[in-house]
Amino acid sequence: MVTMKNRGVFGSVFINSSRTQKIVLLLMSLALSVLAAGCFIIDPSANQSTFEPLGPVAERQLTIFWWILIGGALVFVLVGAALIYALVKFRRRSEEETPIQVHGNTRLELLWTIIPAIVVMGFAIASINTLFYSANVPKDSEKTITLEAIGHQWWFEFRYPSPNGPENEVVTANEVYIPVGIPVRINLESVDVIHSFWVPKLAGKVDMVPSEGNHMWFQADEPGEFYGQCAEYCGTSHANMKFKVIAVEPAEFDTWLSDQAAPALESGDPLAKEGAGIFKDAGCSGCHSLKTIAKTGSKGRVGPNLAHVASRRDLAAGMMNNADGAGNVNDAYLQENLRKWLENPSEIKPGNLMSSQAAVYTDPNKTLTERQISALVAYLTSLK
Amino acid sequence: MAQEHTSTAGHEEHEDTTTGLNHRKMLMWAFLGSDCMFFGSLIATYLVYQGKSLTGPLPIDVFDIPVTSVSTFVLLMSSMSMVLAYSALTRGNMKGFRIWMVSTAIMGATFIGFQVYEFSSFSTHHIHFECSEVAEKIEHGDYVKAGHDHFFQKECLDSNGLLKADHHVDEEYGLKPQTNLFGTTFFTLTGFHGAHVTLGVVWLLSIFFLSFKKGVITREKNLDVDLAALYWHFVDVVWIVIFTVVYLFGVFEGF
Amino acid sequence: MSTLSLAIPRPVHPSGLWNWLTTIDHKKIGVLYGVTAFIMFLSGGVEATLMRIQLTKPELDIVSAAVYNQLFTMHGTTMIFLAIMPLGAAFFNFVIPLQIGARDVAFPRLNAFSYWTFLAGAIMLKLSWIGGATDAGWFGYAPLTSVDQNPGKGIDFWIISLQVLGVASLAASFNFIVTIINMRAPGMTMMRLPLFTWMTFITAILLILAFPVITVALIELTFDRYFDFNFFNVARGGSVVLWQHLFWVFGHPEVYILILPAMGIVSEVLPVFSKKPLFGYTTVVLAGAIIAVMGWMVWSHHMFTVGLGPVANAVFTITTMLIAVPTGIKVFNWIGTIWGGSIRINTPMAFSLGFIAMFLIGGISGVMHAVSASDAQQQDTYFIPAHIHYVLFGGAIMALTSGIYYWFPKFSGKMFDEKMGMLHFWLMMIGQNVTFFPMHFVGLDGMPRRIYTYAEGMGWDLWNLVATLGVFILIAGFLVFILNMVKSWKSGPDAPGDPWDGRTLEWSIPSPPPEYNFSEIPVVKSLDDWWNTKQGGNGKAVPVSGGSGDEEHDIHLPQPSYWPLVTAIGLFIAAYGVVFNQLVVPWAIAIIGTFIGFVGVYAWSLEPVNDPDEDSAH
Repeated sequence: MVTMKNRGVFGSVFINSSRTQKIVLLLMSLALSVLAAGCFIIDPSANQSTFEPLGPVAERQLTIFWWILIGGALVFVLVGAALIYALVKFRRRSEEETPIQVHGNTRLELLWTIIPAIVVMGFAIASINTLFYSANVPKDSEKTITLEAIGHQWWFEFRYPSPNGPENEVVTANEVYIPVGIPVRINLESVDVIHSFWVPKLAGKVDMVPSEGNHMWFQADEPGEFYGQCAEYCGTSHANMKFKVIAVEPAEFDTWLSDQAAPALESGDPLAKEGAGIFKDAGCSGCHSLKTIAKTGSKGRVGPNLAHVASRRDLAAGMMNNADGAGNVNDAYLQENLRKWLENPSEIKPGNLMSSQAAVYTDPNKTLTERQISALVAYLTSLK
Repeated sequence: MAQEHTSTAGHEEHEDTTTGLNHRKMLMWAFLGSDCMFFGSLIATYLVYQGKSLTGPLPIDVFDIPVTSVSTFVLLMSSMSMVLAYSALTRGNMKGFRIWMVSTAIMGATFIGFQVYEFSSFSTHHIHFECSEVAEKIEHGDYVKAGHDHFFQKECLDSNGLLKADHHVDEEYGLKPQTNLFGTTFFTLTGFHGAHVTLGVVWLLSIFFLSFKKGVITREKNLDVDLAALYWHFVDVVWIVIFTVVYLFGVFEGF
Repeated sequence: MSTLSLAIPRPVHPSGLWNWLTTIDHKKIGVLYGVTAFIMFLSGGVEATLMRIQLTKPELDIVSAAVYNQLFTMHGTTMIFLAIMPLGAAFFNFVIPLQIGARDVAFPRLNAFSYWTFLAGAIMLKLSWIGGATDAGWFGYAPLTSVDQNPGKGIDFWIISLQVLGVASLAASFNFIVTIINMRAPGMTMMRLPLFTWMTFITAILLILAFPVITVALIELTFDRYFDFNFFNVARGGSVVLWQHLFWVFGHPEVYILILPAMGIVSEVLPVFSKKPLFGYTTVVLAGAIIAVMGWMVWSHHMFTVGLGPVANAVFTITTMLIAVPTGIKVFNWIGTIWGGSIRINTPMAFSLGFIAMFLIGGISGVMHAVSASDAQQQDTYFIPAHIHYVLFGGAIMALTSGIYYWFPKFSGKMFDEKMGMLHFWLMMIGQNVTFFPMHFVGLDGMPRRIYTYAEGMGWDLWNLVATLGVFILIAGFLVFILNMVKSWKSGPDAPGDPWDGRTLEWSIPSPPPEYNFSEIPVVKSLDDWWNTKQGGNGKAVPVSGGSGDEEHDIHLPQPSYWPLVTAIGLFIAAYGVVFNQLVVPWAIAIIGTFIGFVGVYAWSLEPVNDPDEDSAH
C-alpha cells in the first residue's frame, strides 16, 4: 500500500522536480534565507542605526516604518506565493496543449484596484499624524530650547542663545550639547551649499538650505552620545562631515553652556604662548574665531570656532576621535589628532578650504615647521 | 487586397494615413505641445520669482505699456497676414500669397525691432528725482513701489538720518539680466520668445524665396506654408500670454 | 515634380560603412541604438564597479574623493540617459513598425538624426572624463553646480551633453507618436495595439512634455554659470529649491519613461510563453496611462527633506501612495496572465518573471519612502539606491534583457544559446540580490549615500563587502551574455520567422525581416491578430518565410540620406563650441557648428522623402 506523506508545498514541488530544478530551488532558498537572515543581523546599537530610536521623533518615525514593512512583507509573501504557485502548477506539460484564452475578469480587476487603493490610502493618512508631529515642537511642551545649526563645507557651526541676553549667541562647532528630556528646536541654515542635519537615533533629517530657514526638533529621552552625519551631498568631503549630539542632565547642560560662553583660556605654558602668537601671525584667527560670543544673526567665520576646541570629543567634524571610552577628552589623543590635522589637513578632509586658502598651506615659504606645529598643538590643547 | 503605402503626388485633402492627417502636420502639433511645456516652465520661473527681487528696477519702473501694446498689435496683425497668405495660396493667388508672406515676415521683424529697442532702453534706464519731492514718503516710512527706497535711504538721508532736502538723485539704474530676479527671468523668457519669432521670420522668408522656384509651393503643395502658419500662430499666442502675465499683471495693482 | 538640385547627390544603395552612416531604415537604426547603448551600459558598469571596490572596506584609498564623486555622478547620468533610455529606443525602433504593420517610421530621416544626435551626446558626456568630469550628482543640485562651487568644465559638459541628448530623445519621441497614431495597418485600432507599442506611445508623450522642463532648468543653470544670471543665486534672492522643483517635475516622469517600456516588454513576453493573452488588456493599458498622468503629481517626494513643510509633504505622500495602485494592478494582471496558462520558462520568460519579482521588492521599498514620515530616515541613505536598483536594474534592465532575448531571433535571424541564456539569468538574479539587497540594511543602519568612504566601527563593513562581491557575480553574467550574443549572431542556428509561436505581427514575417518588412501590409482583424490567424480565426495563410527583394513587389521605400548625419555633426560641433566658447574667437566654434546644422536642416528639408521620382509620402 502506498502511503501519502504530507510533504507540504515545498516538499511536493521539490520531490517532483528534475535534478537541475532541485539544485536551483535549493540555491534560491539558500540565497533567500541568507538575505532574510540579514534582516535579523542588523545591529540596532550601530552608531547611526535607525532601529534604536532614543527620542520621540525617531520613535514615531520608526513605528511608521514597521507598519509599512509588515504590510510590504505581507504583500511580498502573498504575491510571491501566487507567482511561484502559478509557475509550478501551470508549467507546460506538452507542446500540444493550448490553454483557455481568458481575456480578463472585470470583477477581479476592480477588486485588486480598490482594495490596494484603500490600503495605501490608509497607510498614507495614518502617517500624516506623525508628519505633523515631527515638524514642530509640541505646543504643550513646558520648556524648549532653540539653537542654530549652520552648515559649512564641511563642518557644522552651532549657536546657542547666550546666557547674557537675546542679542548675543554662543558660537561653537561640531558638537551639540542638549539637555535631556527637553524638546530642542534647531533652526537650520547654510552658508554655501545644501547640507542636511541628521542624527538618526533622535530624528529623521531635514536639509540645511541656504536662505530657506528650515527647522526641525528632537528630544533625547536619556543621556547619551548620538552620532550624526551630513546627509545631502555637498561636495568633495561630504563623507567627512559628521557631528555628535550629547545629551546631559539639565544642570550639566547649563554648566557646559556657560563654560562655552566663557572666553578662551590663556595658558601660562611658554610653548602654548608661542603657539598663541603663531595662531595670530600665521593668520589662523582670520578664519577661526576665538571669541565665544557673537551678535545674534551675525555671519559666521569660514572655519570652526576654536575657543574651546580642547573640550570636544572629536576633531575635524567627527573625523578624529579625542575621547577615551568614557567620553572624556584624552590629551594625548587630542594632541596626536591636532598634529595630524595641522601636518596634512587634506589627508583627513580632501578639498578642505584651509588647505586651499591658508597661506601656510598654499605658500611654500610659509609652511609650518615642526616647532611651529608643536607650539600650535600645545596652544590648541590648552583651549579647554 | 494589397494595400501599399504609396500615395500620389503631393498633399491632397485625404492623406493616406491612419487618421487622414498628414504626418508632418501631426508632428507640428506634437512639437507645439512640447513647446508649451518649454514656455510654461519659463513662465513658471518668472511667476515664482515675481515680487521677490531684492533690488529694483521693478516692472513698474521700466515697462512702457503703450509702446509694448503697439508691438503686440503688430505681432497680432502679422498672424492675420499669415492667414491671408495661406488663404491666397489655396486660392491659387501666388502674387497675393507672396505679398502677405513678406508682410508677415516684416511685421515679425518689426516686433523683434521693438523688443531690441525695449531691452536696450531697460538696460540704460535712468532715475532722477529731487529728495524734497519724496520727503513725505521717507518721513512716513513708506516704501515707494518702485524699488527706489534703497536710493531714498542712501541718497536722500544724511548720516544722522535727516533728509537732505536740496539733494537730487541722478543715477543709472538699468535693468540687465544680472541685476535682479526680475531682470533674469524677464530677459530669459522674452528672449526665448524673441528667438522663436526670429526663427519664424527666417522660415517665412525661406518659403518666400523658395516660392519663386517653379513647382515648390503651389496651390496643392501648401503644407509647408500650413506648417509655418501653425508655428507662427503659436508664437503669437505665447506672446499674448507673456504680455498679459508679465506686462499687464506686472504693472496693475491687485495681481 | 522638380527637385532643388544640390551639389551633393543623394546616396543610392550605399554599402559598407556609408550604408550605416546614411541609413534611414528603422531596423538598422534600432541595431545602432542597441549596440551603442549596451557599450554605454558597460561603461556605466565600470564606473559602478570602481565605486563598489572603493566601498568594500572602510577607509580604502582605491580612488580619491574627487574621483569617486565624479564616478557616482557619471554612473547615474550614464545609466539613465545613455543606457536605459536608448536601449528602450532600440526596441522602439526595431519593433514598433513591425508590430503595427508598417514599413518604416513616419520620419525615417528624423529617426536617423535622433540616433546620431544621441551618439554625439554620449560621446560628449563620456569624453568629459578627460580633464575632470562633472561631480555634482546626476541631479546636479544648485548651488553645488554654480560657477563658484564648480568652476571647471565638467558641469558644462554635463549640461550641454544632456541638452544634446534631450534633442535626440525629443526627435525620437515625436517620430514615434506620429508613427503609432498615423501608420497603423488597416484594422489596427488603438485597442488592438500590442502592449509594447501602447507603452511606447505613452512613454513618448510623457517624454515630449517632460524634457522641456529639464531643458529650461539646464538653460537657467547655464545662464547662471556663463552670464551671471540669478536663477539660483541666493545672494540676489534666488532659490536653490527652484532647481529641485524644475528638475524633479522632469525627473519623476522620467522614471516612468524608464519603466513603462520595460513593462511593455514584459506584457509581450508573458502571454507568448504562457500561450494565453494578456489578462485584462484594457486595464493594463489604462494603468499605464494613469501612471503617466499621476506621475506629474508626485515629484516632491524627492524633496521630502528640503523643508517644504508638513502640508506639502502630506499632499505628496498621498499622491505617491496612490500611484502604487496602478503599478500594483499591472503586477496582478501579469500573474493573471500566466495563471491557467501553459508556461514555458526559457530565457526571455525567466527574465520577465525575474522582473516581476525584483520590481515587487523595489515597489515595496518605494512605498516605504512614499510616506514622508518614514522617508525622513531613509532619504539620502543607501536605502534609496537599494530601491533604485531594484526597480531600474532588477526591473528595467531585466525586462530589457528579456526583450533582447525575445526579439533576438527577429533582429539577428539566429537563435541564441538557451543554456547560456539561462546561466546569464541565474547569475543576474543572484548577483542583483547579493549586490543590492544589503543596501537596504546599511541604509537603515545609518549609512548616507554619495560618500566615498566610511569609518570603521559604524557596523556597515559586512554588507558593503557582500555588495561588492555581488558585483562580480553580475559581471560574470554579463560576460556570459556578451559571449552568447556574439557567438549566436555570428554562427548560431538560423531562426524561423516565428520561433516562439508568437501572438503579434512581427512574428508573421521572416527573421530577419526584409528591408520592406511586410510583402503585403496586413489587414488586422483583432488583438493578437497573428495568433488568431494561426488558430484559423482570420482565415489567412501562414507567413512568408524567406524574404524576397523589394524589386519583386514594387514597394517603394525611403532612400538613405546624408543630412541627418550632417545636422547631428553640426549640433555636436556647436555643443563643443558652447562649452569651449572662448577658444580662438569667442563663440566661433558654436557659430560654425550652428551654421553646419542649418545647412543640414535646409538640405534635409529641400530633399524630397524619396528620390528621384518616387512619390511615397512616407
